[in-house]
Amino acid sequence: MSDATLSTTSFVAARPPRVTTEAFWVRAIMIGITLVFLSVFVLLPLATVFVEALRGGISAYFSALAERETFLAIELTLLVAATSVPANLVFGLAASWAIAKFEFRGKSFLITLIDLPFSVSPVTSGLIYVILFGAQGYFGHFLKSAGVQIIFAVPGIVLATMFVTFPFVARELIPIMQEQGKRDEEAALSLGASGLRTFFRVTLPNVKWALLYGVLLCNARAMGEFGAVSVVSGHIRGHTNTMPLQVEILYNDYNYAGAFAVASLLALLALITLGLKSLLQWRFAGELAANRRH
Amino acid sequence: MDALARNNVNYVARREERALRPVATPSWGVPVDVSVERVVKEFGETPALRGVSLTINSGELVALLGPSGSGKTTLLRILAGLDVPDAGRVTFAGEDALGLSVQDRHIGFVFQNYALFRHMRVFDNIAFGLTVQPIWRRPRKASIRKRVMDLLDLVQLSGLEKRYPSQLSGGQRQRVALARALAIEPRMLLLDEPFGALDAKVRRDLRRWLRDIHDRTGHTTVFVTHDQEEAIELADRIVVLNQGQIEQVGTPDEIYDRPATPFVASFIGETNALPVSVESGKLFLDDRALEIGAGADTGGPRMLVFRPHDVEVLASRPGGIAGRVVSERRHGAVRRLEVEIGMRRHTIEIDVAADTPKSRKGDRISVLPSRWWLFDA
Amino acid sequence: MQSRAAPAWKRPSIIPGFGLTLGFTLTYLGLIVLIPLGGLILRSSALGFSGFWALATDPRTLAALKVSFGLSFIAAAINAVFGLIAAWVLVRYRFPGQKLLDAFIDLPFALPTAVAGIALTAIYAPNGWLGQYLEPLGLKIAYTPNGILVALIFIGLPFIVRTLQPVMEDLDVETEEAAATLGARRRHTMFRVILPALLPALLTGFALALARAVGEYGSVIFIAGNMPYVSEIAPLLIVMKLQEFNYAAATVIATVMLAISFVLLLVINLLQAWSRKRLGHV
Repeated sequence: MSDATLSTTSFVAARPPRVTTEAFWVRAIMIGITLVFLSVFVLLPLATVFVEALRGGISAYFSALAERETFLAIELTLLVAATSVPANLVFGLAASWAIAKFEFRGKSFLITLIDLPFSVSPVTSGLIYVILFGAQGYFGHFLKSAGVQIIFAVPGIVLATMFVTFPFVARELIPIMQEQGKRDEEAALSLGASGLRTFFRVTLPNVKWALLYGVLLCNARAMGEFGAVSVVSGHIRGHTNTMPLQVEILYNDYNYAGAFAVASLLALLALITLGLKSLLQWRFAGELAANRRH
Repeated sequence: MDALARNNVNYVARREERALRPVATPSWGVPVDVSVERVVKEFGETPALRGVSLTINSGELVALLGPSGSGKTTLLRILAGLDVPDAGRVTFAGEDALGLSVQDRHIGFVFQNYALFRHMRVFDNIAFGLTVQPIWRRPRKASIRKRVMDLLDLVQLSGLEKRYPSQLSGGQRQRVALARALAIEPRMLLLDEPFGALDAKVRRDLRRWLRDIHDRTGHTTVFVTHDQEEAIELADRIVVLNQGQIEQVGTPDEIYDRPATPFVASFIGETNALPVSVESGKLFLDDRALEIGAGADTGGPRMLVFRPHDVEVLASRPGGIAGRVVSERRHGAVRRLEVEIGMRRHTIEIDVAADTPKSRKGDRISVLPSRWWLFDA
Repeated sequence: MQSRAAPAWKRPSIIPGFGLTLGFTLTYLGLIVLIPLGGLILRSSALGFSGFWALATDPRTLAALKVSFGLSFIAAAINAVFGLIAAWVLVRYRFPGQKLLDAFIDLPFALPTAVAGIALTAIYAPNGWLGQYLEPLGLKIAYTPNGILVALIFIGLPFIVRTLQPVMEDLDVETEEAAATLGARRRHTMFRVILPALLPALLTGFALALARAVGEYGSVIFIAGNMPYVSEIAPLLIVMKLQEFNYAAATVIATVMLAISFVLLLVINLLQAWSRKRLGHV
């Protein structure tokens, strides 16, 4: 929107505004509305988390985090992420390979199915596992007699998290790999490379940024999931509480300092995710599927 | 030309009188003459127009011709008000135009990529300029409808008013765009490479059709093109632009037969260029005199420019441009020979009639241009 | 894999691994997604139509669905208006801090819902940052349906903005110039040329925000009063029924919500197909 400077010998009369933009006051008002709206609805909540967390001072903040229960919650969150993210990563790679490198009937139906978890409410995502593995669930008796505990135990949490983060990696990889086609792989194969070799030396490098992006989003959701995990976990302190659940417990205990302290860690994770996301989008915009989606 | 005496003042009439006059072709705004004085435009560091001056007479069909980057589109957009120059003056009918916003200049603009409103039907596209008028100026619905239908007749798209742009071919879309521009009775029509996005055949058809419309309506029309064939076929006058400056303004004949600069000569039609020197009234190519008069030229190094088909093959006389045939191929209705001449091995191309006996590579040949120009080297 | 004859529904190819990857994909999909969802459907159908209907039309259930759906609709509508403005400002204008602001649009998407929940409550509670000024004015937000609305606006915002931005970037500026040459003032151009072109994307974003809001749990339950019939959302009701071991009721509510989501998904797909046909793009 740079305005050209007028030369002193110019005859140009009063300058009409640029054709394809609004008058200054309109723009000012719209920017103002946007700033107010975004500040109130997005920036303020973010700021609140950190202000409330540090309200009692830095030492109170760190001792809240060092509480045993909280520490175990952090551990569990990391464990859940460390299991569900790689699982969905492998799935994402397999699914996008099958979908992008081959032609078969029912492909778009398969893609729709993969997107299913996005349309399911978090609570329902947990409910379905309770229906399968809960005490009154379809496999309830069987599990009880086998001595295996899924609901109200860690395996249930992992399963529910795997469900809600299911599509993230695949969604990023499929469009990219479809766009890249199979030329490179066919070339490698015709030169004598094995399938696995081709995959690691040709396919993966081509999609590495989209892959990273998908893993980033998958991880953020895995660590932050609340609704689904809340349903299957049983809220057993020190055993089946992830960080989001711990936030809820501390909050309901009126331990606001503790609740916000844990929340601030999750908020920090969100900020790091946003930062890396922006970085990836800025540097590698051409290679990311996210930019292609409407 | 239809009676064109109506101007916008008539719009401010009582509602009942606002019906448009029934005429075979819709009436237009009064065409204006345009004056451009020393217009300068720079985009950042790059100068697009370096002080361009031009007069366009009312009712003329003028082509702005030049290669990409010559500034022709910038000039057109400045006339429209879509861009603002850094210096200079533009007047319509003697009055300053630069102080007017785009909306107030009352011009019709046709874009290369049509810029039709995709969510509106053809009818609504054409009627758009009429329906955005303030309520006291807006024609009655029936009048709008009549005008749109008349315009559809004019552009030969009757019956398609209910279609959406996505359901039209490229040529049809451009005609809708033209009808849309004409609906507001503009005093000038500006077209930016209007046929650039179309197939060759459609392009040729629409060219003829545009000329026909212009003849019937008498608008001042300015169109931008990089296609010299199009400019020569359509325009009353051609403005040749190169790198932000006007190289020549003239009728198609003038541009073609009397190019003012080597650029113009080579941009319009094909040319050969040979470095020669002029001494005491005679032309010398590689120290050999040519049988071409140099006129009142004072002497010095020059460029001899002539077209492939403006040559005469000399049987065995000296005084011509002598050389050896390098290659020969069929070129439309003639045969084109590539001839290597002189000690410094320049290559020229000449056309000979298709029925002359075929030459073989290495044959000697001597030619003399029947029409040529001399420019400073 | 290649030595086996390829199945009839697949085109032959020299690339290996089809059977392996497709098999793994389908197995994983089946185990994690399809079978559990199937269990839900099975459980619902086990109630029989009349049993299902009785539970679905239970007054408290209907109230919860109304709260969820009604407030989600209003929140999505508010987001449509302000999100439209925000997206336009971010795409078309230049001002300091713009890139940063643009990055933060994704925050509601990235922030764990529980964190959002307690933060919003802290802001709008009677002694909260904004709540302390709004309460005396009579505007109670926390622990009322208004609080739910605020939370749903928060989580739906990115859907509208991110759906609109690519479309706005692809807008053909020449149509705006054409409208100007035809005499349209800027406001005419905005309402008659630009807005209609954005409508399909706006509707899609609206539907996405709506779908997300209907199922939202974590960000809402802290700030809502959770009072039955007034500020109890459907997902919370599911959790309550589960805690009472009333699997049947929980299943029914979840199935109804799933059906609503699918209808919304269908609407979104139809919208996109329609706009592709009409406007030649999505």
